[in-house]
Amino acid sequence: MSLDNTTVRNIAFLARIDVPEAELPGLADELSAILGFVEQLGEVDTKGVEPMTSVTEMALRWREDAITDGGQQDKVLANAPDAVEGYFTVPKVVE
Amino acid sequence: MSKLTDLTITQAREGLTKGDFTARELTQAHIDAMEAHRGLNAFITETPDRALEQADAADVAIKSGDAGAMAGVPIGMKDLFCTEGVLTTAASHILDGFTPPYESTVSANLKKAGAVTLGKTNLDEFAMGSSNETSYYGPVKNPWKKQGDDADMVPGGSSGGSAAAVAGRLAIAATGTDTGGSIRQPAAFTGIVGLKPTYGRCSRYGIVAFASSLDQAGPMTRTVRDAAIMLGAMAGFDPKDSTSANVPVPDFEAALTGDIRGKTVGIPAEYRPDGLNAEVQAVWDKGVQMLKDAGATVVDISLPHTKYALPTYYIVAPAEASSNLARYDGVRFGLRVTDGVRSLDDMYMKTRGEGFGKEVRRRVLIGTYALSAGYYDAYYLKAQKVRTLIAQDFKKAFETCDVILTPTAPSAAFPVGAEVDDPITMYLNDVFTVPTSLAGLPGLSVPVDLDKDGLPMGLQLIGRPFDEETVLQVGDVMEKAAGFTHKPASVGA
Amino acid sequence: MSYVIQGETGDWEVVIGLEVHAQVISEAKLFSGASTKFGAEPNDQVSFVDAGFPGMLPVINEKAVEQAVRTGLGLKAQINHRSVFARKNYFYADLPQGYQISQYELPIVGHGTIILDMPDGSTREVGIERLHLEQDAGKSMHDQHPAKTFVDLNRSGVALMEIVSKPDMRTPEEAGAYLRKLRAILRYLGTCDGNMEEGSMRCDVNVSVRRPDEGFRTRCEIKNVNSVRFVMQAIEYEAKRHVEVYESGGKIEQETRLFDPSKGETRSLRTKENAHDYRYFPDPDLLPLEFDDAFVDGIRATLPELPDEKKQRFISDYGLSPYDATVLVFDKESAAYFEQVAEGRDGKAAANWVTTNLFGALNKLGKDIGESPVSAKQLGQLIDLISDGTLSGRLAKEVFEIMIETGDDPAKIVDERGMKQVTDTGAIEKAVDEVIAANPDKVAEVQGGKEKLLGWFTGQVMKATQGKANPQAVNDVLKKKILG
Repeated sequence: MSLDNTTVRNIAFLARIDVPEAELPGLADELSAILGFVEQLGEVDTKGVEPMTSVTEMALRWREDAITDGGQQDKVLANAPDAVEGYFTVPKVVE
Repeated sequence: MSKLTDLTITQAREGLTKGDFTARELTQAHIDAMEAHRGLNAFITETPDRALEQADAADVAIKSGDAGAMAGVPIGMKDLFCTEGVLTTAASHILDGFTPPYESTVSANLKKAGAVTLGKTNLDEFAMGSSNETSYYGPVKNPWKKQGDDADMVPGGSSGGSAAAVAGRLAIAATGTDTGGSIRQPAAFTGIVGLKPTYGRCSRYGIVAFASSLDQAGPMTRTVRDAAIMLGAMAGFDPKDSTSANVPVPDFEAALTGDIRGKTVGIPAEYRPDGLNAEVQAVWDKGVQMLKDAGATVVDISLPHTKYALPTYYIVAPAEASSNLARYDGVRFGLRVTDGVRSLDDMYMKTRGEGFGKEVRRRVLIGTYALSAGYYDAYYLKAQKVRTLIAQDFKKAFETCDVILTPTAPSAAFPVGAEVDDPITMYLNDVFTVPTSLAGLPGLSVPVDLDKDGLPMGLQLIGRPFDEETVLQVGDVMEKAAGFTHKPASVGA
Repeated sequence: MSYVIQGETGDWEVVIGLEVHAQVISEAKLFSGASTKFGAEPNDQVSFVDAGFPGMLPVINEKAVEQAVRTGLGLKAQINHRSVFARKNYFYADLPQGYQISQYELPIVGHGTIILDMPDGSTREVGIERLHLEQDAGKSMHDQHPAKTFVDLNRSGVALMEIVSKPDMRTPEEAGAYLRKLRAILRYLGTCDGNMEEGSMRCDVNVSVRRPDEGFRTRCEIKNVNSVRFVMQAIEYEAKRHVEVYESGGKIEQETRLFDPSKGETRSLRTKENAHDYRYFPDPDLLPLEFDDAFVDGIRATLPELPDEKKQRFISDYGLSPYDATVLVFDKESAAYFEQVAEGRDGKAAANWVTTNLFGALNKLGKDIGESPVSAKQLGQLIDLISDGTLSGRLAKEVFEIMIETGDDPAKIVDERGMKQVTDTGAIEKAVDEVIAANPDKVAEVQGGKEKLLGWFTGQVMKATQGKANPQAVNDVLKKKILG
């Protein structure tokens, strides 16, 4: 599998990572090489094999329905680059 | 008496109990070493004042007789563990200034056991790397150098700062995390002991996630006994982590009986590929002989899907990472790029574009691609099926043996900059450690010998799920037989 | 009931499927211990898990599992003993983790059914495709600041049930009936309060049109419509839009749209639809969700009687019409009120008083049944006063009006105001005699065959007795005296 610049640009948008135009060809080569490397998985016969969901043989544990957290607006906002009046902010979104 | 910075946990515990020295003295000696060896770049953040406070508290506890297992022991904390009130970076630009308002379970457990934290150790960015060269805070240098060569060597990764700190006598022990080999490979590269426990043994709560189904915290120490002691302090069921195993924590130290007669050691044929480094092969053979001499039975086993472990890993881990790293978006913590930003997407793109280094970017993009519409079945689903086969290989192997012996890494440490531009060569460093990670099994790296250049080489012991005891027991015997007492040049005589 | 859009090129049928997001009633959130209550300071009911902080991990709330299973049982649906949480990956300001934990390939609840009660008394069955558990997002506010959107994460992580119907509805009325019925079931079960205005029940509407008997055409999804009325309006608008596009030779693009209630229109929401690739995969922080039969049976044992069963029982036990029964079972409280009134009395009369008089009065007051000034016991007493002859129907209505105003017992009102009906024949005969004497010409007309005029006489007598005379007794006496 060889990725072209357009595909890399699209993946980068999906991942919301700005990739300078000049770096696209190099990145496309690297990613193609990695995909080429993993392609050998195609040799493995996985017919009837269940995909791994968990390495440990456990079932999901449930927690009791009780309020044990929250009430910490100050701590939640303490690391925010731009908190205003108790809110996080982002550049204005126009819907 | 040997230097305070040469002590193991076991020795420090003894000296502290006997009153030969105080935790403050022990801590100060390590703070001095940490400051003297800043050139290694092992720490991202030093917290000497906190360390001394914790040492004083340990001294009080030791005097009153209710000291925990790690009381007064100065350790390094990999900067992937969130520590309340202390900068936590994951060695990434994107976490600039992040001070967690909470503490990871493992670091809290260690604190409870009386450990003294010297600071946060350097690592590959988001634990993605095998040489500690992807850190935003610069590469870590291995305290070891080739004989007669002054070139800086990598300490391995991703827990390279922890490995360098322990090997370089800046800390008695350190925490690591291991996703595909990040404890074991740097342990091997720096001549120390590193244990990746069974998945679920240590809580992942508060550890910056790389690949959730693989990440596991473990100890990095100078002896197997120290690893047993420290694992006991780190491990335990945690209701805050849904994947934490509700199993009792045994007395790991008690498992070190020194007697492995009757144990069966498996040697997997598939770990001997064409072109395996002759010195690695030699060390491995030596290990086999040591265990035979100690009375263990050695059998050949087969792990047929071994060759597919690395490609499987390089789908599963990046896929999970691509999702785990989506939260670094410049909204609630860390870096936010605002220059020339006109929209929300713009802010995401620029913040993440600038905030992530090249290796992280590479893996996030591979992972994004592997999960994207039309490719999920061919990549992610296929990889998870192969992963099942890899786990089954081990399950079957453990029907005929108690523990598996393999090399930890395909080579000794390499020079800084040697592999940084070739992702796949770099990935091959984890060829012997990744299968264990994919199967969630415990893996222990023990230093066994030096190569012809004078660089340390380790062997890996792999055990059944939640059977760290056997792994440690056999590791302890191998360690004694190997008698690895070499020290890196940086430490001096 | 058929709903056909007559276009210039022929008839079009509308195909509707609904996705309802119902907020689970629970104290804490789906994967964290923060409170679900409304009205807190922004970002106060937020744990570090809800805010997507590094290293934070989800742990599931057992109540959410229980509520989802309870709802599944209420929808007569298949309960899946093993389901899997998956991450739906996308970037948005109010999605702190960068993914929503949801269920994708293996939801907790599979196929079920809802029976719609149409206004004409008929019923119709709509299939449920699935129900799955997922996290709610936070809230973005776009109007607080000229250059910034504000984000509040209080709702982030609250448990939602996404209930997806099959594309089985063909009219806006059916969609409305579906939402009302689903809401009633959720409220009976106590799994969601069903409040669309406050957003605890939200609806995404999938609409397409087609020629009768052809396959499905491209659908559009109208997001987050927040009332039954708007859902119906949105469907009408959207269906017409599709017809117009097709008839003018255009093509409908699959897209997400928004309904603007002020204009009664839908408009396109996202242009870069192809940029959405949610990259679902099983959440590696969570194991598969598993439970056994005993767990499901335990919940089944505590299920209340649901609207459909109650309706059938009301029809068979009380002899109610399907229409009355439907109206009464619409919410649990009304049904309980009715049953208390009907206890030991005539069911039809009780139903009539509740559905006509009581509901009418409450409607005027803008109150719901829980706030009724007249208790079920009091309404029962009023009906008793009719059956024992103390009150005529007409007097009873007056007494009822006073009960609504004062909240007093009917007996007290009758006593204090002397509203007892007159059954004493002597008094009635006297009043009849007076009316006959005053209207000889009309008497002659009646006797000449115009018996309809008897009603007029009854009215006059009732007037003369201030309405207290027993109308039946008056009628009897009048007939005897005039017609012999």
